[in-house]
Amino acid sequence: MSILVFVEPQDDLSLQALAFARTLGEVRAVSVDGPYAPAAWAAAIASAGAASELIVAAGSERGNELLAHVAARLDQPFAANVTRVDGDVVTRARWGGTLFEEARLHGSPRILTVAPHVHAAEPAGAPLELLAVDVADSPRVLDHVAPPSGGVSLRDARVVVSGGRGVGSSEGFAIIEELAGLLGGAVGCSRVVTSAGWRPHTDQVGQTGTKISPDLYIACGISGATQHIAGCKGAKKILAINEDPEAPILASADYAVIGNLHEIVPAISAELRKARG
Amino acid sequence: MRVLVCVKRVPLTGGRMVLTADEQAIDTKHLGFTIGPHEECAMEEAVRLVEANGGESVVLTLGPAEAEEQLRDCMAIGADRGILLKTDEREWDAQATAGAIVDAVRAGEPFDLILFGNESADAGGYQVGIRVAYALGVPVVTGLKGIAVEGGRARCERETGGGRDVYEVPLPAVLTVLEGLNLPRYPSVPGRIRAKSKPLAVAEPSRPEPKLEKLRLVVPEGQGKQAEVLGEGAAAAPRVVEVLQSLGVA
Repeated sequence: MSILVFVEPQDDLSLQALAFARTLGEVRAVSVDGPYAPAAWAAAIASAGAASELIVAAGSERGNELLAHVAARLDQPFAANVTRVDGDVVTRARWGGTLFEEARLHGSPRILTVAPHVHAAEPAGAPLELLAVDVADSPRVLDHVAPPSGGVSLRDARVVVSGGRGVGSSEGFAIIEELAGLLGGAVGCSRVVTSAGWRPHTDQVGQTGTKISPDLYIACGISGATQHIAGCKGAKKILAINEDPEAPILASADYAVIGNLHEIVPAISAELRKARG
Repeated sequence: MRVLVCVKRVPLTGGRMVLTADEQAIDTKHLGFTIGPHEECAMEEAVRLVEANGGESVVLTLGPAEAEEQLRDCMAIGADRGILLKTDEREWDAQATAGAIVDAVRAGEPFDLILFGNESADAGGYQVGIRVAYALGVPVVTGLKGIAVEGGRARCERETGGGRDVYEVPLPAVLTVLEGLNLPRYPSVPGRIRAKSKPLAVAEPSRPEPKLEKLRLVVPEGQGKQAEVLGEGAAAAPRVVEVLQSLGVA
């Protein structure tokens, strides 16, 4: 099977996708240099891959965007976040990875991105073939706005302490912030919280927020809707603090404390301070 | 200006995924419906743009007759009129959906801006907006957290690892947005009443054979976790700290 793989050399997800593609057959690995211009980059990828059986990239923001452009350009089917390929049948993620679909792609080339963490990354090995791109009038990055400084990044934090409806208010997050601070972690929240305006969307963990994979996720007063689990299922360990012993989140948690988070969370912080002397 | 927002009726799934016996769909017998979070922000943005610039916002969906409920919800927030591309119970794939939207767009007054969610809440295909843009021959920028329209151009911001990248495109254009673009308003009671009499155009496109053909849905096996209950109330704190220490995070 002839497989064209688009790779961003610095991107771990790309190296995962490349390794995955290699299990399917001979690959031709290509990359692009220069300022990001999705339509122009996609034109080059489409041109390089029009005669391939498969065009593959990582299921990253860029990978999904680029191959959707490629698919639109070639008018061929595109499956995002694929976990398995079997001939022209793929298994792909729906609902942020909390449901899967087996689907047949009718077309050539078949175009797909590889879901994150389905395959271990491997070094690219041979140098990547650089495609020539004509940026011309294509929308491209013109400027860059620096992030506000300070704080632990939610995406990178080893520990995230997160609050949901049970926290009750914006002020209620003070105890969440306190515990996160003591653990050197970041504060997260559920969509209920951001919709209510208690925390900014940048704190939201979930299918339409940030997907995280910390060493420990502490979910306080979060019921555990599937869209929230889609954002935190990558955590190594999950501790749920909830009044309801039947809350769905407990089915995804390693540890639980049952009771009122407004008593439990400060008690944990106090115990941590005591342990540190 | 005239802004089109494309939305999709999706179930409110709750804490578990339960499928129909034929494994073709989520069992929605006991579920309510909504539109995706990205799309709520798209609709809010369209309403704000029309409030600032004059003109009209139009909301469109491809879906069953019941999807009128979602169009009326969008009208309650401020959409001026709606378009329902009515289908039967079967799902349409992204190429078919885009094709029907393009036909509907071409049949009406031209739009300055067409907004989509970056990906749908259910299928998560990441592609309908992009396909529509290519078919209409207009530029598309995706994954946006900021939009500013001035002088026939849209300045668009998307988040990257550090900070935001800025793009600029001339209108007409397709833009796809992410939740966090804005904080959507709640519909008011007068808004809901007005929505009932806003114009709704209905068409019934014929469904082409899917090129991304769904065979069946599969609920992933749970990780088999059995949460270890460390205790109840504040009294559990010492045991929690022991666990934190054993995990190397305390």
